[in-house]
Amino acid sequence: MEDLQQFKQTYFDESGEFLAVAEAGLLRLAPGNVDLDEVNAIFRAVHSIKGGGGAFGFSELVAFAHEFETVMDGVRSCTIAVTDALVNTLIRANDILAQLLAHARDGTKPELGFADPVVVALRHHAQTAADAVQESPAPSTPATNLPETVSRVVTVRFQPKADLLMTGNDPTFMLRALTHLGTAEIECDVGGLPTLAHLEPELLYLQWLVTLTTDASLVDIQDVFEFVSDDSLVEITEHSADGASPTASPSETDEAAGGAVTPGLAPATRTEATVATVAGAASPSQLALYEASAPALAAGDSKAAAGKSSTAGDGAHLNLGGHTIRVDLDKIDRLVNMVGEMVITQAMVAEHVRDLPPGQFQELLEGLEQLAQHTRELRESVMSIRAQPVSSVFSRMPRLVRELSSETGKDVVLITAGENTEVDKTVVENLVDPLTHMIRNSIDHGLEKPDDREAVGKPRTGTVHLSAQHRSGRIVIEVADDGRGIDRPKVLQTAIKRGLVQPGINLSDEEIDNLIFVPGFSTADKISNISGRGVGMDVVRRNVSNLGGRIGVYSAPGQGSRFVLSLPLTLAVLDGMVISVGLERFVLPLTNIVESLRPKATDLHGLVNRCDVMMARGEYVRLVYLHQLFGIPDAIVDATKGLVVLVETEDGGRLGLVVDEVLGQQQVVIKSLESNYRRLDGVAAATILGDGRVALILDVAGLQEMSQHARSPASRSVADAAIQLPAL
Amino acid sequence: MSKPSSLATIGSVRGDVVAAANTNEEQYVTFTVGNEEYGVNILSVREIRGWTPESRLPNLPDYVRGVINLRGIIIPIFDLRARFGGGTTEVTKRHVVVVVQVGERTRGILVDAISDILAISRDQIKSPPTMETGMVDSQYLSGLFTAENRMVTLLDVARLFAVETGDDEHSNQRALVN
Repeated sequence: MEDLQQFKQTYFDESGEFLAVAEAGLLRLAPGNVDLDEVNAIFRAVHSIKGGGGAFGFSELVAFAHEFETVMDGVRSCTIAVTDALVNTLIRANDILAQLLAHARDGTKPELGFADPVVVALRHHAQTAADAVQESPAPSTPATNLPETVSRVVTVRFQPKADLLMTGNDPTFMLRALTHLGTAEIECDVGGLPTLAHLEPELLYLQWLVTLTTDASLVDIQDVFEFVSDDSLVEITEHSADGASPTASPSETDEAAGGAVTPGLAPATRTEATVATVAGAASPSQLALYEASAPALAAGDSKAAAGKSSTAGDGAHLNLGGHTIRVDLDKIDRLVNMVGEMVITQAMVAEHVRDLPPGQFQELLEGLEQLAQHTRELRESVMSIRAQPVSSVFSRMPRLVRELSSETGKDVVLITAGENTEVDKTVVENLVDPLTHMIRNSIDHGLEKPDDREAVGKPRTGTVHLSAQHRSGRIVIEVADDGRGIDRPKVLQTAIKRGLVQPGINLSDEEIDNLIFVPGFSTADKISNISGRGVGMDVVRRNVSNLGGRIGVYSAPGQGSRFVLSLPLTLAVLDGMVISVGLERFVLPLTNIVESLRPKATDLHGLVNRCDVMMARGEYVRLVYLHQLFGIPDAIVDATKGLVVLVETEDGGRLGLVVDEVLGQQQVVIKSLESNYRRLDGVAAATILGDGRVALILDVAGLQEMSQHARSPASRSVADAAIQLPAL
Repeated sequence: MSKPSSLATIGSVRGDVVAAANTNEEQYVTFTVGNEEYGVNILSVREIRGWTPESRLPNLPDYVRGVINLRGIIIPIFDLRARFGGGTTEVTKRHVVVVVQVGERTRGILVDAISDILAISRDQIKSPPTMETGMVDSQYLSGLFTAENRMVTLLDVARLFAVETGDDEHSNQRALVN
């Protein structure tokens, strides 16, 4: 459950941002000053909070957000007029949403009925517009009409094995986690401590008795000990609210071997005095802290639960953060750039120092050596801030699929591939929304109900494939389903109905498919909780193009649709081979390289008077002279005097790239050429080498394409035509 | 003709420019290419740096010198002489690159030398004559200015090299995004 906790944290972090966005937008909203973009932004913020909340099962939050969203939808479609009263209600609703989020984060329950006035007001506004909007399914239960769980007293006896510390576990984490569940009174039993002479400093002799006042479920408490259940004795005993007769806890953790749940633990005797004695054993300072931070509360007092202090939220500015801080990416970019410059400067200094007379500047040399090492570490740390595997996004999806599957009554299997594809943080962060929407779309619109599937001869269970891979210096993410595909006539009809397309215009299948990315387009017959408000695919396209990416959809009626998302790997690190041609140096992605070799004259075969083909390992490979392709002077023209780097493109085609020299393997930072210039044929991106010079990173697929053009006599004109020269 | 090529000079002038923003006067950094003198609005100049060797880009016209590393970002360098049909500049250590910023994009312009900083009021700027055979398309010019018997051609940095840099595509993309 630890990892789910992490996603929850991310969700709360993001929700905090969404709340701020919504609030800022709401504060600018006024009668006669309705900016539709702004309204859309608010709507999306609420929608995203609702969507994420649904994935984590925060039902009250979702119910309330739905009310909020319904009104925003009305505002956005201009069926609800913006009045001062409406804006006030919406701002209050945003506050309520913030409070609900805080409650969800702390696992506490809001006061009964505290949101009701706002819900009533929201419904009133929605009702006035009801004739214009399709009837929106208001949830049958009011937002706050959920059973209030009663706090009760649970005693937890935690007796870890002596070697617990050696397995990398720390009991203080678990104890701290318990204090987050409610009010915990922690007592430490040091009875097991041997005399100093027999004390093994690496062993743990302590056990704890925690009296917990909480409304968390037993499962939540057991989860705290999930990682140590194998080598610890954990006894959890539940008492009723008044602390009377102990009730046996359900033994749900049967599968957690060793995590014995025994009812009726005799109340342990308090060993206050021993706390001080502990000093010197495990981690005294932390334990002392517990004594200080966990107030000695009477058992059963549920009101002053620990961690509740921040729930008083009287605005959207709630501190939803945790152990992480969120830093503006621009700041990290600047850091990355500066570190890169530092590496280069350091290399330059080192080069000059090498020319000094030997033996005289020993200390200087040593200092420089250290500097070099620190710089390297600094660079690695900074880079690691940015590059992340997409698994952090992918692993959120199975849960989403499960929820959607149960909500829609469709059987769905999610198959993922390429989770370890590393991609820049910006990309990873911005993948969540598009992927969520794409998968929702696939399940909600693409897949058929089990019976319908059976009727057309498909397995009852639908499949959604999610994969990521690097391709030509970009990351390509695919979401493919085996559903019914895009219903083109219906899409076209809807687009015409919504005025997105003029009637009578002839559109190709592809163009029709792409209509689903147009803002405000939605084909769902009724508004569902999942999708169908027309927010999905336009958000996807917006996010994707914000990242400099593209999204395409390929659909075959009756067989399914495939969304292909292609994104650049801005600032990702690449393993490359530095090669030289003439005075220029280039970087070839290592993944493209098969081998490099110097051919003998007998290996080369001319095709039409040119050394066009080389025999390599029993295969004919076409040679491409990089100096010809790029027009580089002073390069080695004869392949037998230079080197041939055998490269492979994504589709398996092989090329022999003729270069002067292979200089060595290097990790390079990918820099965009496009941010200040533009895309060039055969060039994927650029990088900065150790001496501060720029080197281009080659795009093998692009080179192959160029060389195919170059074989025709019109080669030069093709290359020139790529640049639209302005009239002089 | 002083030669204030140091950054410090430019930097100190900037403050005055801001102060003078309300008046009709604007400041221009002027530089020479051969015998010609050109000026660009000082607000678009980010820095002036000495020549550092560029990395060439393949299959481009001669006025695209290549790219350099400007503190971690990669910027294109354009040869103004070549762009105006004067042939490729033979660079020496004394050549300078005027780094200009257009919107969010940065590019460098290779010139012979920095010449002056001029305060020019708008009514002193004469519109350029229509040039039918001139090397410079008049849309890149924002005007002409006469200073002490010499003519300064004021360039529109936003338009200059905009096509080569793909600014249009860039802004189209942005338009789509917004």
